[in-house]
Amino acid sequence: MISIENISKWYGDFRVLSDCTTSVKKAEVVVVCGPSGSGKSTLIKCVNGLEPVQQGKITVDGDEVTARRANLTALRSRIGMVFQHFELYPHMSVLENLCLAQEKVLGRNRSEAVARSEKLLARVGMEDHAKKYPSQLSGGQQQRIAIARSLAMDPIAMLFDEPTSALDPEMIKEVLDVMIELAQEGMTMMVVTHEMGFARKVADRVIFMDEGAIIEDRPTAEFFDNPESERAKDFLSKILNH
Amino acid sequence: MGDFDFSVIWSSLPFLWQGLQLSLWLTFLSIIGGIVLGTLLALARLSGILPLSLLAATYVNLIRSVPLILVIFWFFFLVPLAIGRPIGSFYSALIAFVLFEAAYYSEIMRAGIQSVKRGQVHAGQSTGLNYWQIQRYVVLPQAFRNMIPILVTQGIILFQDTSLVFVVSLRDFMTASSIVARTEGRLVEMYLFAAVVYFIICFSGSMLVRSLKSRMST
Repeated sequence: MISIENISKWYGDFRVLSDCTTSVKKAEVVVVCGPSGSGKSTLIKCVNGLEPVQQGKITVDGDEVTARRANLTALRSRIGMVFQHFELYPHMSVLENLCLAQEKVLGRNRSEAVARSEKLLARVGMEDHAKKYPSQLSGGQQQRIAIARSLAMDPIAMLFDEPTSALDPEMIKEVLDVMIELAQEGMTMMVVTHEMGFARKVADRVIFMDEGAIIEDRPTAEFFDNPESERAKDFLSKILNH
Repeated sequence: MGDFDFSVIWSSLPFLWQGLQLSLWLTFLSIIGGIVLGTLLALARLSGILPLSLLAATYVNLIRSVPLILVIFWFFFLVPLAIGRPIGSFYSALIAFVLFEAAYYSEIMRAGIQSVKRGQVHAGQSTGLNYWQIQRYVVLPQAFRNMIPILVTQGIILFQDTSLVFVVSLRDFMTASSIVARTEGRLVEMYLFAAVVYFIICFSGSMLVRSLKSRMST
């Protein structure tokens, strides 16, 4: 479904990604972890072309994202993305947030978009909040709505960029529960997160990154029980034992 | 001294009111036109397309380096030459104001657009919205909202500037007051009255700005 081949990216002289290669199969859940500044968020933003790359090739469902003439808007409409800071549109109600791209990009009419939105809001447990504005909601609620907004586009895959790291601890579970359910329903997912409990529970594979490179890319159980590299061992000991 | 007659204001009120209407109407239309054109200039400047942003930057810097009164004169004489027939001093003044104010509004809107977080653009892009849709539905409404106090402040300045239209013999509030002052020989009374009216309108505007600011910060 998602294939990343020998991706490299520089900010000026600074190399943020070096020669990353991996792939995500249909219905697979892949967690990307690593210390901050390791390039994991940058990598995931390259998948839907939010960040351009200087070298390498990325394809999603057969379409090349990195092609010079790639139709990025069409491609992006098929890949959902959830951000660390939710990025709901603050000047629109929850319902408007969900309807906007459905109407403008998919060309759904108002009643179709509303029906689809309501269904998804119910799915993330937010059906009573359709008329509210983002500022009236907690972080966990906003993030669940952001997930619903992405799902409203009927994506073939979902990208999550640290979806719980801006949340208060008591709100993390409600967001993870939605993501776990999504994973169990067979959504193809690539998730940048430090939530190792989530990784253990639903991830098929874990990618460990450091200094812009993919250090480990292995099945979840293997990664946790028997990390190969010193850096991964060090990272795991830091975030698991506290 | 001590021989003031303020009744002249009362008797010439309809005439002054006509002048004030023209001032307000000119202000209103110039604000709308200035914001629309200014927003387009700001978008051009931030477009990342070099010739386009250079053109917009040149325009803004050029206009901001000349006095308004000169621009009003230009258009009074140039527009009839360009289109081959007179368009009247109101429209030539309106065009001058829109083109002049657009330079200032474009700087305000540019700051407004830059105040919208990059993540908002990413959110729009990730759902497949194109550049114009993101500007139209996501960025500009927020930019505009963030900048409302400054846009209103600029509107107050614009209102004061409309008094310059006397140079093309447009009968705005200032000109009307001046006419009454001279024909009735009541200079002190009329100029005092004009000052009070300008003060009331502009001060109300400032109060509006202040309340908008405090409402936005909560």
